[in-house]
Amino acid sequence: MNGAKVELRGLRRNFSGTAALDGLDLTIESGELIALLGPSGCGKTTALRCVAGFEQPDEGAVLVDGKDITRVPANKRDAGMVFQSYSLFPNLNVRDNVAFGLRVRKVPATKRHARAQELLELIGLPHIGGRFPHQLSGGQQQRVALARALALEPRVLLLDEPLSALDAKVRVSLREEIRRLQLSLGITTIFVTHDQEEALSMADRVAVLRAGRLEQVADPATLYDRPATPFVAEFVGTMNRVPGRIEGDQVAVLGQTLPVDGDLPGTPDVDVLIRPEAVLLTPDSEADGMVLVSSFRGSTAQLRVQLGDIEVLADVPGHDSVRLAPGTRVRVKLVERPVLVSASSGATTPATAPVPEHDVV
Amino acid sequence: MAALTPEGPVAPLTPPAVASGPVGGAGRPRRIRVWRGAILAIAAIYFLVPLIASFTFTVKAPEQDFSLDAYGQIFSAEGFGRSLLLSVGLGVATIAVVLLLTLPAMLAVRLSIPKLKPVLEILCTLPLVVPPITFVAGITTVLRLGPDYLASTPFYQTIFAIQDENFPIVLVLAYVILALPFVYRSLDAGLGAIDVRTLVEAARNLGASWPHLIFRVIVPNLRSSLASASFLTLALVLGEFTIASLLNFQTFPVWIYTISGSQAQVSVAVSVFSLLITWLLLLVLSSAGARQRSGS
Repeated sequence: MNGAKVELRGLRRNFSGTAALDGLDLTIESGELIALLGPSGCGKTTALRCVAGFEQPDEGAVLVDGKDITRVPANKRDAGMVFQSYSLFPNLNVRDNVAFGLRVRKVPATKRHARAQELLELIGLPHIGGRFPHQLSGGQQQRVALARALALEPRVLLLDEPLSALDAKVRVSLREEIRRLQLSLGITTIFVTHDQEEALSMADRVAVLRAGRLEQVADPATLYDRPATPFVAEFVGTMNRVPGRIEGDQVAVLGQTLPVDGDLPGTPDVDVLIRPEAVLLTPDSEADGMVLVSSFRGSTAQLRVQLGDIEVLADVPGHDSVRLAPGTRVRVKLVERPVLVSASSGATTPATAPVPEHDVV
Repeated sequence: MAALTPEGPVAPLTPPAVASGPVGGAGRPRRIRVWRGAILAIAAIYFLVPLIASFTFTVKAPEQDFSLDAYGQIFSAEGFGRSLLLSVGLGVATIAVVLLLTLPAMLAVRLSIPKLKPVLEILCTLPLVVPPITFVAGITTVLRLGPDYLASTPFYQTIFAIQDENFPIVLVLAYVILALPFVYRSLDAGLGAIDVRTLVEAARNLGASWPHLIFRVIVPNLRSSLASASFLTLALVLGEFTIASLLNFQTFPVWIYTISGSQAQVSVAVSVFSLLITWLLLLVLSSAGARQRSGS
């Protein structure tokens, strides 16, 4: 089975005055796994539901392999979906759940059961065919839901935050499994998530949405290293905002001059966006920086460093955290790379460096 | 009927909250058990005394101490079979109409216009606060005035076309309205227990048409609440007296009342008998609900 190419063209959808989708354009290539990432209310789920047929866009079109399916009812579309909440039919056992779509299509029972068994083996749960949904763990339920969505060999797979109800360990193992299955089946997959780690680790490309519009779509490495806009930069990963000053086409920040990536704002006073791992610290009793807090994370440690009247976050290797204990005086240097700048966020100094709340997920 | 609270009759169908664990002789559980027994005894006295009194009255005979004669007479009494069949038939028809009316309406409101939910709830609960006598007075007025104003409308012509002396449609319509609060409550509880939207979308996504998903997904998962709604409706129809009597239809309760004037013992025997039938129905339905719960 081969994945279909899915195109979203100028999708618009209003919910009582607020625009959930505001002219979304996105093309998903055949066989690709694309993650729709964004804060809640950015329209990512609405976009997915437009593809599934549960939502009608006010304007725009959904095309699958060049065919307009915008007005096709949900039950006539060729897309399997896995839902955020547990969606298995409580009255049917696992085998009948997986075979539900085949039953709708009046496939004979023996063929149906054979196909269900095949899929249960595919998801690594061959022995649970006779059990009922309430006897399964959350992770197993979502696996079965995945098998059920794949039973009809759809050409598009839609995943609506399928892992968000699961605990951390299961989430990681299941996302690897979804990716493995998706690659081996070559099925076009749209994955909605608010978890940047999930998006970055699974997707071929990540589309960041904001207020119903596409902010940037790129492969995970590009998205992280060269975010197109300050919003993407701060939403994906952690970002420091450090005041700087434009000098020609470069920016002076913390005593260094770095090349600017992307557009220059009109004003000379800017905020420079710097990743914590691009902040280098060396212990130096003469320096004016001081480590305030250190949070150890195993392989790395994140340090909050006071520099005059601003604070920056720095990621250092975990084994350096002893050397850089709170109270240590440090010299701060930035990695020499092009940086993104945005218009200064305020006249007052950003005394507390922004710590995006989606820092740890 | 007025004594039925919306929650009350549903209670027997929900599993009893058994809290007594295998606690070995601790003070508190024992005290609870004693209290539980006391309350059970009081409730039992309240219900059993009138029942036993009725039963002793029916088995008393002038010559002997014990005779089931009155029960034997039930079946030979004039009009017994006809009125019982009529009531059961009315009950079945009412159940069918009320479920066909409320289930799709409640699904539609839940899925597409949740804002209307309070309106639907009030509409469905309204019959509880309208006294039956007011209700029947209203029906009589409409029936009398109706032909003058509405005779030419398709609605009225349909009513005319399907009317049948032996099977009063008007009673079915009246009972549907009376049953609405109970049916609404049971179905609302059932729908609240399942994630209707997700189940519907999952089934649609797998290609199911609306009829298929209603009969294969929604109804099986609502079995116990559909059963309780049906039971309440049936109990209501089997016990309804005011409307049937005032509209001059010989339903089972009206028949009991009619013969009580001439044959007091038989009428009480019939009451005991109908209570037994009702209990049997309750047992059947609640065990069906329990079976479903253990099965899924």
